[in-house]
Amino acid sequence: MKELMLGNKAAARGLYEAGCAVVSSYPGTPSTEITEEAAKYDEIYCEWAPNEKVAMETAFGASLAGKRSFCGMKHVGLNVAADPLFTMSYTGVNGGMVIGVADDPGMHSSQNEQDSRHYAIAAKVPMLEPSDSAEALEFAKLAFALSEQFDTPVMLKMCTRVAHSQSLVELHDRVVPTPIPYEKNIAKYVMMPGNAKRRHPIVEERTEKLRAWAETAPINRVELGGRELGIITSSTSYQYVREVFGDSVSVLKLGMVNPLPVELIRSFAAQVDRLVVVEEMDPIIEEHCRCLGLEVSGKDLLPMVGEFSQNRIAERLGGAVHTGTALEEAIPPRPPVMCAGCPHRGLFYTLSKNKCTVLGDIGCYTLGAVAPLSAMDMTLCMGASISAIHGFNKALGQESEHRTVAVIGDSTFMHSGMTGLANIAYNQSNSTVIILDNSITGMTGHQQNPTTGYNIKGDPAGKIDLESLCRAMGFNRVRVVDPYDLKETDRAVKEELAADEPSVIISRRPCALLKYVKHKAPLKVNTDKCVGCKSCMKIGCPAISMKIGKAHVDNTLCVGCGVCQQLCPVGAFESTGKEA
Amino acid sequence: METTNIMIVGVGGQGSLLASKLLGRLAMEQGYDVKVSEVHGMSQRGGSVVTYVRCGEKVYSPVIDEGEADYIVSFETLEAARWLSYLKPDGQIVTSTQQIDPMPVITGAAQYPDGLVEKMRAAGAKVDALDCLALAEQAGSSKAVNIVLMGRLSHYFDLPDEAWMKALEAVVPQKFLELNKNAFYLGKHA
Repeated sequence: MKELMLGNKAAARGLYEAGCAVVSSYPGTPSTEITEEAAKYDEIYCEWAPNEKVAMETAFGASLAGKRSFCGMKHVGLNVAADPLFTMSYTGVNGGMVIGVADDPGMHSSQNEQDSRHYAIAAKVPMLEPSDSAEALEFAKLAFALSEQFDTPVMLKMCTRVAHSQSLVELHDRVVPTPIPYEKNIAKYVMMPGNAKRRHPIVEERTEKLRAWAETAPINRVELGGRELGIITSSTSYQYVREVFGDSVSVLKLGMVNPLPVELIRSFAAQVDRLVVVEEMDPIIEEHCRCLGLEVSGKDLLPMVGEFSQNRIAERLGGAVHTGTALEEAIPPRPPVMCAGCPHRGLFYTLSKNKCTVLGDIGCYTLGAVAPLSAMDMTLCMGASISAIHGFNKALGQESEHRTVAVIGDSTFMHSGMTGLANIAYNQSNSTVIILDNSITGMTGHQQNPTTGYNIKGDPAGKIDLESLCRAMGFNRVRVVDPYDLKETDRAVKEELAADEPSVIISRRPCALLKYVKHKAPLKVNTDKCVGCKSCMKIGCPAISMKIGKAHVDNTLCVGCGVCQQLCPVGAFESTGKEA
Repeated sequence: METTNIMIVGVGGQGSLLASKLLGRLAMEQGYDVKVSEVHGMSQRGGSVVTYVRCGEKVYSPVIDEGEADYIVSFETLEAARWLSYLKPDGQIVTSTQQIDPMPVITGAAQYPDGLVEKMRAAGAKVDALDCLALAEQAGSSKAVNIVLMGRLSHYFDLPDEAWMKALEAVVPQKFLELNKNAFYLGKHA
């Protein structure tokens, strides 16, 4: 039976069919749906871990116990989990273990464009790279088999266009392998120097065995066509190459991108007149070819930056380029914005009004940097807001302490904000940290986290109390505000910035998009009262615009949060009285 | 069959994922190879979003490039104009006349261009423009704009209504089925 399936869903189906027993992940676009879809199978235990390192170590524990396990993350999440990854390469596995990582070329939803293949090379673990949904399913299953055969964790590398494209897949039944019993093995699993020294040569031998496997593996396949041009490619780039050239060129399609074969590449190169590597981001396959002494093109023709497409490849490799006609007139851009009724808006308005220096973090609230709020000075990675404000204040002292804040979401705080907070408590900087508690992981599409009280299936779970946690860390000043209440929010920010000790403000209101949130009736503008002063335009609400000199509310977007009402000097915003 | 390329463009949150699901299902049931490429994550927050639907005997690339779209289905006029260069020279635009100001227009940093439908026609595009929001509200929900557009798009395909209804039944929850069928026919016969 064929089904049209999202790449991530197909990967989840692969986990199911392979008999995977435990999945632990942290959400991150474009990887999130692998775990969300896996959670729909009752046969698999699935969870959201607080961060990727915890997820990977949890999956490792399940593997050690003899079950097949998986952890999923986005490319930058792999940075967080790099520590266990490098040493798991030495210990190897017991039950098969697969690490799903999704890169985001073109940065649709990411802060950088790093290439995860470097990690596979550096940690010396095999990496498979599917090019569509059918391969995502097939490679996920193969990854478990390879993991057990070669005693290594195996990485399954997705990218945005594979993860978030639907294509046809064939489904099979779930086959649960015989559980492998756990046996104590200090030499293999306790990585202290004496043991690790004995494991490292095993890792090097394993890489050569995997390379030998890669020479003849069916997932590394030669598709001979015209011999003038030979293209080595993988992932979605393979699809673009086929789209442009059909079978007029010869293709070596690599399903395993680490370790790379040697003889297979040499023999392919020998059969074609000109060799080109088509790979998004970094020139990894290309440099491998060059190390083999082959004459090869790649990044001299194709960019290191951004996604490829059929036209982008055709332009540079001599295929048919399609063109269209654009309007001559400039089309205004439409960047993403905070939703109407977003609880973050009131807080960022307050920070903007108070001219605060704002050290930001990763989440929907990064949109606080967008005009007209423009209330953010820095965003780096998960948790950096809190660690960085400590350094900022240590460097500048009183000069910055009374005007600088860190902002971080509830999920990001659980992910890696707590350790930064411990540093403030321990090394005593007078820093003001604002936790934007919208009771969900918002940006990635509403995942539960340790502060929400629910697990991945929506069932009741443990709930960490942020106030108690901060107090237990030694913060005396911990207060909660409702960001819809501008006066109260303003007072809290002013008082905590003025205080002579570190403090935490919890800006608490659930995400306006959560289904259980009851909204007030949309507002409307009384045009007789509106004087067109544009005070309401300072908050960047997508529901408010100016129409013929007066404010206007789009009642399909407005959720009646009332923030604009509090800014209007003449009381022109009135309720429509119609509950949504 | 030559590959048919359909782009669905709009503003994050307008329901383009359901429209692409419907088209994907429809194409699959006609026995074609299908690829649908979506946008998740940050861009969805009120930003410009695009979904690609491609179907034919064998489909490789999941995306549609400049000059390749047979159809651009747009929830919003500015978005149709934004993606105009993706239309094939003889391609067809089906757009809702709804206007949603992007933030640079709201803040006054930019102007929403006037007369976009006429300008697109002047540039050589075939444009079918209709007030899908009004039709969706008539069908019972402003959220049904996506299915009104699908009804309108069905004009250009040589497929019986039953095929569309079967695909609709597969992707829409039972309790919203009648509403969506109404939306489909209101779009089709507008």
